[in-house]
Amino acid sequence: MTHLPLEPDDGRQILSAEPVLRDDTKFASGKIAFFQYLSVGVFLFLLSGFWSLQVQNQQEYSELAERNSIKSYPVLAPRGKILDREGRVIVDNHSSFSLLLSRENLKWEHLKPIAEGLNLDYADLVARVERFKSRPSYEPIIIKEELTPEDLAFVEAHRDPNTFPEMELLHAQRRLYPRDGLAAHVIGYVGEISETELNSPEFAKYDQGDIIGKAGIERQYNEHLMGIDGRRQVLVDNRGRERKVLGMKEAVPGKNLQLTLDLDLQVVAELAMEGRRGAVVALDPRNGEVLAMVSRPAFDPNKFTSRISSKDWKDILANPDNPLLNRAIQAQLAPGSTFKPIMALAGLESGNVDETTRVFCPGGATFYGRYFKCWKKGGHGAVDLHRALVHSCDVFFYHLGNRMGIDTIAGYAEMVGFGKKTGIDLPQEKEGLVPSSRWKMRTFRQKWYAGETISVAIGQGALTVTPIQLAYAIGGIAAGGFWHRPHLVKSQTGSERPRKADLHVENINNVIYGMWGVVNEGGTGAVARLVGFDVCGKTGTAQLASNEYLKGAGKGREMVDNAWFVGFAPRQSPEIVVVALFEAGGHGDLAAPIVRDVIKAYYDKKYRRNAQAQTVAQRTPGAPLLTRPDGALPPVKPLERVEVAGFGGGREP
Amino acid sequence: MANYRSLRDLDWVLLFITLALCSLGILQIYSATLGSVWKDAWWKQVIYVAAGFVALWLMTQIDYHSLLGQVPVFYLLTVATLGATFAVGKQVFGSRRWIPLAGGFHLQVSEFGKLVIILLVARYLSELKREHLETRDLLKLAGLVGLPMVMVMRQPDLGTALTYLPVLGMGVFLGGLRWQHVVAISVIVLILLPFGWYALKDYQKARLSTFIDPGKDPRGSGYQVIQSTIAVGQGGIWGRGVTKGSQTQLRFLPVPHTDFIFSSFAEEHGFVGVVVVLGLYFLLLMQIVQNAQAAPDRAGMYICMGVATVLLFHILVNVGMVIGRMPVTGIPLPFMSAGGSNTLSMFMMLGLVNNVRLRRFIS
Repeated sequence: MTHLPLEPDDGRQILSAEPVLRDDTKFASGKIAFFQYLSVGVFLFLLSGFWSLQVQNQQEYSELAERNSIKSYPVLAPRGKILDREGRVIVDNHSSFSLLLSRENLKWEHLKPIAEGLNLDYADLVARVERFKSRPSYEPIIIKEELTPEDLAFVEAHRDPNTFPEMELLHAQRRLYPRDGLAAHVIGYVGEISETELNSPEFAKYDQGDIIGKAGIERQYNEHLMGIDGRRQVLVDNRGRERKVLGMKEAVPGKNLQLTLDLDLQVVAELAMEGRRGAVVALDPRNGEVLAMVSRPAFDPNKFTSRISSKDWKDILANPDNPLLNRAIQAQLAPGSTFKPIMALAGLESGNVDETTRVFCPGGATFYGRYFKCWKKGGHGAVDLHRALVHSCDVFFYHLGNRMGIDTIAGYAEMVGFGKKTGIDLPQEKEGLVPSSRWKMRTFRQKWYAGETISVAIGQGALTVTPIQLAYAIGGIAAGGFWHRPHLVKSQTGSERPRKADLHVENINNVIYGMWGVVNEGGTGAVARLVGFDVCGKTGTAQLASNEYLKGAGKGREMVDNAWFVGFAPRQSPEIVVVALFEAGGHGDLAAPIVRDVIKAYYDKKYRRNAQAQTVAQRTPGAPLLTRPDGALPPVKPLERVEVAGFGGGREP
Repeated sequence: MANYRSLRDLDWVLLFITLALCSLGILQIYSATLGSVWKDAWWKQVIYVAAGFVALWLMTQIDYHSLLGQVPVFYLLTVATLGATFAVGKQVFGSRRWIPLAGGFHLQVSEFGKLVIILLVARYLSELKREHLETRDLLKLAGLVGLPMVMVMRQPDLGTALTYLPVLGMGVFLGGLRWQHVVAISVIVLILLPFGWYALKDYQKARLSTFIDPGKDPRGSGYQVIQSTIAVGQGGIWGRGVTKGSQTQLRFLPVPHTDFIFSSFAEEHGFVGVVVVLGLYFLLLMQIVQNAQAAPDRAGMYICMGVATVLLFHILVNVGMVIGRMPVTGIPLPFMSAGGSNTLSMFMMLGLVNNVRLRRFIS
């Protein structure tokens, strides 16, 4: 075993095949070389992998890495607040959390415990996830809004990677509406934009998932109220925790909107209509500002701010009283006797009647072979125009209508604003209907029968109006023939000029005198009398306009008459006109107290403010102010000042 | 005798390359664990490396012929301790690999098993002294290597168990494998392959199937491979910079300081860094091979080649895994991955190489 490792090359030895007992290393040199080549091969194989990943496809992998770690979240802009005419907040926002479900790593078996933990209906949740299946999976979906503290605790305790990592929280500002449906129809509500809305031009600029105004002011002034959402770009780690904010585009909050509504009047009107079906509209006839607008039954808009549950939605749709209908602008009903002042004005203006015209009312009259009753069985005896208005004598107006003819009546009805929208700044206003011979020909291809005019003369027949139209019409007449477009938003007015009609002042005064008598001379509207104030008004007791067309439909409840009252004050240059509609309320004097209460509230407030303004003026300088410098009242609990009117009386004697 | 065992005769090139690799590894461990629960791992690794150099020097002190003489003892000890891991082993991630030691340290026996396998193969083959291996020798050696290998597999630790195989393979290749044997082994392997599939654990099957198609289960077993390739890819040519790799720093990359350290390194240092490190590994390998060529006898040559083979296999499987070209087997990258047992056993292997080198002028 003598062997020198560093002996010079002796390849011969390897070739000489000596099979055994060798302990040199030369025999393996070829195989070691093979190992070296193998190593080179391995390293080239590995290097080519890095070359392809890092040099050839670096761009692609950088994008993948970015998608891993950079997330972009919306920062939701709060909507503007809605204020009343004195700046008191009607609609506010409040902070709330929504739960997002990320669907990239969603495990279906997690849905059930999540639904249980959040008190969600499991079937609803599954249906919602199914519905979003067509959307890209990196878009999370909102599964619950308005999380309660218990919900938040559940989410925080279970969103770790090992339990339900698909849960994500989103902070948002949500709408907070007044309770009990106060002004619900005026304000409307917001909701997530629907598929059909997305395809309509009105909402073309919005995106899937945007919260938009769906009804009322929220819809009409959506663009004003809606802010611009911001975006936040953050770096997240593998557990979705934020490590760093990369970019921030601040949200631009929506602008506030001041309404012409007066919360105090609104509350009075709401309370007066509590539990009833109908509407109240209060306007300032000097400028068209809507001071109060009530429609009952109402709904709770707060139920719409979060995803409305299918049960609540079905309840609302199944309600036969249709709470979503804004009766103030959408109920089209026969005005009944509240149409008589317009008839009177039309008669006077067209020269068909004057102060001296007298008609004998025996309790009814026959026209064209049909007997038309007066509401008063024994009749009114001899009546002139004034007494006819004060006591709402039907026979007088039958004769007047018969003399004028339908088209003259229609002309004046349209002049005061019936038959077309008033143009109030609310969506989906209805226009009502003014019948005329042309209308009948166009609609039914039939001639107008003179007998049909008789019903129209007392506000029945095919004639229908909305409460806002009635307030607009009477307000315009009371203001001396100036009709200001009704509106709910203050800043919108200013430049707009009123519609003017050439009317004779003495004719207007005659009509107003009649309406004054209704309240103050023991007429049908005596309930509305307020001592010390010149309240003028007119009652109306109207059958459903549709009765003639729906004869035999036999909906018992609908056969009960609707009660109307339209009133304004003061007699000279009125400041407020109020219409109350009390559906199925029986006689019109039941609606009168509602109007009286609203007018009383208006005056209470006006005189108290004047008194207060004086005390502020007399105050020693430096003393603390109890009121705001602009003289506006601090919000007062409305209940203190509301007289709940008694409704003991039945029909008028 | 003492003259030629001076420190001067150590393979200093090899030691410097190792030191460079370890330093880059520690830097990367520091960067990858910054702000995480493992943030202390880097200085632990400093200690392991220091201990590794000491272990390397100790390994040179006893003549490797004496070590070879004790192979039966080492072998029985290894089999016994591997058996003990089933009894007292510490279970981590579902497998028992560690034996608890004093001071909170844990010993991974299977890592040191590599050393024993290298010595075993070297002694067995060097004693044959023939041009070719006989079937009887082959079966005996395969049985000796197979026993600890199966035990490690049962821990279960497929990755480490597989590292024993190339040592055996390279040994019999150098020892003179007949082509008939190659054919026979190939046929047997092909027949056994389908049965082997059933022997695998579910997670091992999943790893293999995601290796073939990582996109199949991107959130599950394919996650590691996908995140790793993303990390490597976004590193680009120049890298994202130390502590700047988003995949590493935001923890998208799994275990970025141990098995996937090279992915993390590639993200932060780019293709340039990769070329440098792979170059260092290649030089290290060639240095070991050169020692094998200069070995005084067959035994020394087998030892050096065994070490080189283990190293090459580790690099191939680990780095290949990082770029998605090898299945996820969980074997560490020598000298860079954090971990005590692996670092120590690797340094001890280098100690064996130096041991052979110090004795190259005598026989």
